[in-house]
Amino acid sequence: MDKLIISPAPHIHGGDSVSKNMTGVIIALIPALLAGLYFFGLGALVVTVTAVLACVLFEFLIQKYLLKSESSIMDGSAALTGLLLALNLPSNIPVWMVIAGSLVAIGIGKMSFGGLGNNPFNPALVGRVFMLISFPVEMTTWPRPVPFATTYLDAETAATPLAILKSHSGELPSTMDMFFGNMGGSLGEISAVAILIGLAYLLIRKIITWHIPVSILATVFVFAGILHLANPEAYASPVVHLFTGGLLLGAVFMATDYVTSPMNPRGMLVYGVGIGLITVIIRNFGAYPEGVSFAILIMNGFTPLINTYIKPRRFGEKAK
Amino acid sequence: MKTFRLGGIHPQENKFSAGKKIQIAELPKQVVIPLSHYIGSPSEAVVKKGDLVKVGQLIGKANGFISANVHSSVSGKVNKIDVQLDASGYKRPAVFIDVEGDEWEETIDRSTELKRDCNLTKEEILAKIKDAGIVGLGGATFPAHVKLSPPPGKKADILIINAVECEPYLTCDHQLMLEKGDEILVGITIIMKALGVTKAVIGVENNKKDAVAHLSKLAANYPGVEVQALKVQYPQGGEKQLIDAVIRRQVPSGRIPIEVGAVVQNVATTYAIYEAVQKNKPMVERVMTITGKDAPNPGNYLVRLGIYLSHVVDMAGGVPAGTGKIVGGGPMMGRSLMNLNVPMAKGSSGVLFIKDEESVRKPIQNCIRCAKCVTVCPMGLEPFLLMNQSERNMWPEMETNRTMDCIECGSCSYTCPSNRPLLDYIRYGKSTVGGIIRNRAAK
Repeated sequence: MDKLIISPAPHIHGGDSVSKNMTGVIIALIPALLAGLYFFGLGALVVTVTAVLACVLFEFLIQKYLLKSESSIMDGSAALTGLLLALNLPSNIPVWMVIAGSLVAIGIGKMSFGGLGNNPFNPALVGRVFMLISFPVEMTTWPRPVPFATTYLDAETAATPLAILKSHSGELPSTMDMFFGNMGGSLGEISAVAILIGLAYLLIRKIITWHIPVSILATVFVFAGILHLANPEAYASPVVHLFTGGLLLGAVFMATDYVTSPMNPRGMLVYGVGIGLITVIIRNFGAYPEGVSFAILIMNGFTPLINTYIKPRRFGEKAK
Repeated sequence: MKTFRLGGIHPQENKFSAGKKIQIAELPKQVVIPLSHYIGSPSEAVVKKGDLVKVGQLIGKANGFISANVHSSVSGKVNKIDVQLDASGYKRPAVFIDVEGDEWEETIDRSTELKRDCNLTKEEILAKIKDAGIVGLGGATFPAHVKLSPPPGKKADILIINAVECEPYLTCDHQLMLEKGDEILVGITIIMKALGVTKAVIGVENNKKDAVAHLSKLAANYPGVEVQALKVQYPQGGEKQLIDAVIRRQVPSGRIPIEVGAVVQNVATTYAIYEAVQKNKPMVERVMTITGKDAPNPGNYLVRLGIYLSHVVDMAGGVPAGTGKIVGGGPMMGRSLMNLNVPMAKGSSGVLFIKDEESVRKPIQNCIRCAKCVTVCPMGLEPFLLMNQSERNMWPEMETNRTMDCIECGSCSYTCPSNRPLLDYIRYGKSTVGGIIRNRAAK
């Protein structure tokens, strides 16, 4: 009573925190991770554990010895970056490459800009694209899915559906296999159903809003659909585009990264449409079979511009 | 169920004092009646030291357009006219009166009998409201007669009664509705007459189902008046939000409700208007809530103006142990008090005890750009951006980004996962930008 605290309103807080949001996203990734562990077994486990530990360790070391600042590893964002990076990698990639990718993701993608909240590009994607350019063979050789596989580096390989489309050789997996994840691909991107469960969790917990994932997926579906209708021989059906490659994982977990995506619903829609268009363009007309990572990074670059010119709907804007 | 369409939050309601009968606070030995409210100019004292006053006697005369009369809430002798620290944290002029007995002005009808019929003209009603010194009791304390006199050329077509009480913890309006339902409805018909409107809607949040049922039943006898239950959502008690929720009209930026044909009055103000017009009773007392998670006796109290809050708190069992902060008003928009030796004012809606552990703000972290502040802002602003601009003294940019639209509801700071003091910085920017705008207008 003799030492009352004086502060301006509001005097209560909702209890939300950075770590609650990060943990929430990690929980939402569990189904995708489980699907990866089921189809790729030991390799998936090794890659995931390596990436998460490496990201947390690099953040700790950089903060302790280079920045000499307080450690922020407990907020969960470094672990999340590691997990997202791992889910975007083939499960038979050598450990040292994963460590190098983690260093780039955390060191260059995040800490060089001042840590969480200041990075213009999604750190996990910075790490992944670095690896894609540096280790093109290892990054595009995917193991064949074998339930509870115990082989790691010498696993039998399989092409991804998108690579099959690009090279016009081989046979596409059935829609059911694509939906559940029985196909070649990065360890977290294969199972559409697992990612959709994660999406539902994120929406229910109100960690993200529907705007970004829905606008990306709708744009891809419509744009790829138009191309498919115009020339079914040359362009795959929109369903194949939705369920294959990193599209779902990217739309739900990578593009929705708080720090690097626009900050109001209208801006989010513009951003999502941009990602969808660029993805379809790269997939159908580019040199790479897959373009989600690039599309997200390109639109990350546009985010400050979107925030400046696209404003939220103001109260009274549409006054009757 | 209806609610406003943009933003909003739903904090824990914690209405511990809901359903507690209104108790009358005992008279102390001395009262200190503030001559000023939080907005507008202070009224001018019309008594001097040594004068004997009765309950309801005019002691402060309105001074200027946005100002209201002040009446004595007790009978006794004027001790002095001096400054007094009030609940807003400022020292303001006040009349100190030593209480002697409880003698009321003879003109005041103190019976509890309901007086339904009102044969006064519009002008007579407004004059009575003005004389009685009635101000908005929702917290803004804007003089009621000014609000009920639309500027020339503007016409209201609907009266909206703000019975939302969206602040967590507070229950004084809720209890008033349960105990004085008919009086409130008569008050509404009086305001309708003063405004010349035929339709009135009482907006009540649906966490007060008993009040919705009670008022709906009574409203059947009052043509043109209806009760609208609203989905619980903060800040629905904000004037612009309530109008949007009830009649789906949005007041444009920088304008007032009459622009869309609406006038809003608080439910407690409506009751005070009933008493003023039908019972000749000026604004000398109001209902307030005393509450908190550890409050020994959370409840609703009818308190005369000028009674020290400490006196009422003692009556309600005192300050609980482990209190770190005492708030005058609700937790979202109230002001933290330095001590309880501040007088009850027209805008005092409650005293809230906040526990030690909830009193201290958590450490500020980097903005993670989650955009939750944008999502919850009921005015469609970008709190993160306004805070950044305020930190960097970017006043023209803040004005372009509509900082003056901010209603200071605090939803942004409440929501921020990084515990950033968004509203503190926006308020700072608002006051500076407001000054710049006034200077420009004066040129």
